[in-house]
Amino acid sequence: MTTETQEHHAPHRLPDWIWYVGVPLAASVWWLVYGQLIPFSEWATSLFPVARDSHTGEAIAFFIYDVPKVLLLLTGIVFVTGVLRSWFSPERTRAILAGKNQIWGYPLAAALGVLTPFCSCSSVPLFIGFVSAGIPLGVTFSFLIAGPMVGPVGLGLLYGLVGWEIATIYLVFGFTIATGAGFVLGRMGLERYLQDWVRDLNAGPVGDLPVERLTLVDRLKIGVEQVREIVGKVWIWVLVGIGIGAAIHGYVPEEMMLRIMGGEAWWSVPAAVVVGVPMYTNAAGVIPIVEALLGKGAALGTTLAFMMSVIALSLPEMIILKQVLTLRLIAIFLAVVAAGILATGFLFNAIL
Amino acid sequence: MKTVKVYGPGCKRCEMTEAMVKETASRLGIDVTVEKVTDAKSIAMAGVMSTPGISVEGKLVHAGGLPDVAKLEGWLCA
Repeated sequence: MTTETQEHHAPHRLPDWIWYVGVPLAASVWWLVYGQLIPFSEWATSLFPVARDSHTGEAIAFFIYDVPKVLLLLTGIVFVTGVLRSWFSPERTRAILAGKNQIWGYPLAAALGVLTPFCSCSSVPLFIGFVSAGIPLGVTFSFLIAGPMVGPVGLGLLYGLVGWEIATIYLVFGFTIATGAGFVLGRMGLERYLQDWVRDLNAGPVGDLPVERLTLVDRLKIGVEQVREIVGKVWIWVLVGIGIGAAIHGYVPEEMMLRIMGGEAWWSVPAAVVVGVPMYTNAAGVIPIVEALLGKGAALGTTLAFMMSVIALSLPEMIILKQVLTLRLIAIFLAVVAAGILATGFLFNAIL
Repeated sequence: MKTVKVYGPGCKRCEMTEAMVKETASRLGIDVTVEKVTDAKSIAMAGVMSTPGISVEGKLVHAGGLPDVAKLEGWLCA
């Protein structure tokens, strides 16, 4: 019985040298495969009995090219992010932010929001932990907005699928919205709209954990764990997103796209936000759609607004936060972040 | 008899953590009662910010992610 259990945990105790050899080896294989995606997808598409330049042929080629590309990018980004984030923890972030009432508390919180590992299932304890440690509400919001909004997965996929220019624009404006919305919310004195029990908790206890010393191999293991967990969870969203992207790429006529999501239609920006909020997917699922939209001539501002509201504002997240925030506070929060997204959308439609 | 609490709102990792605690305890022959804390308020009151968290005999030993088996053995034996 004992041997069986130990065998079960054997993968956790691989000798260190396997990690030092295996990770660079895996990275090289990743690089080689990534470089062969275009020839591979053209070859695979040619196996289908449809003309390459027909609607169906275009859609199939998009799908076959994007699926391995997005999955490879996702795996690489999640691994690197997992390793980097092992230097950060919510506990340490809280210690850094506690008492940062000054103006630079907001950008600092937004930056830490990107670097600190946390899953949406623990956003409530995290929120309470922050507020009870005396971190101002606005700073806490900056942290919570930046996490999903400028997450590495979204940025990395934008970089890989759409290009560095738009990835940079997204990074700058996403970060600005997280910082600015937190600042505005902080100025509004919203503490009274917290749920009663959260306010009473203000002098709450702070959990002290012994600091763990991690070796490099421990951190690499964390990266692999993250890949297994996240890629295992989101691959289905990725396939659905690429499927929608492929359908847009193959079948939607450009004139129609220009009419609905072109820069001329001013209402397209608010419409993109309204459509985006109830859509619940993650960055990995939405970026292939963004790629197809931009390729068909959708305006950049409208597309940015759509992407930001899908990723940063989601109804399930709001329902989770309902435990700690009153409806009124949730509404104000939504309004302020949506205003930032709208402003970004209008700005880019106006200047491009 | 030791009291172990597993803090988490009921996500998959929290359930896995609970199973790991039980399995490790029975393998080491330690008598434990495992209590699951799923209410957000109680989780926060215990000082847990990232779930799943584990406390042994009222002392918080772990927060965030699945615990390492070797460390789990250490906490249960202590």
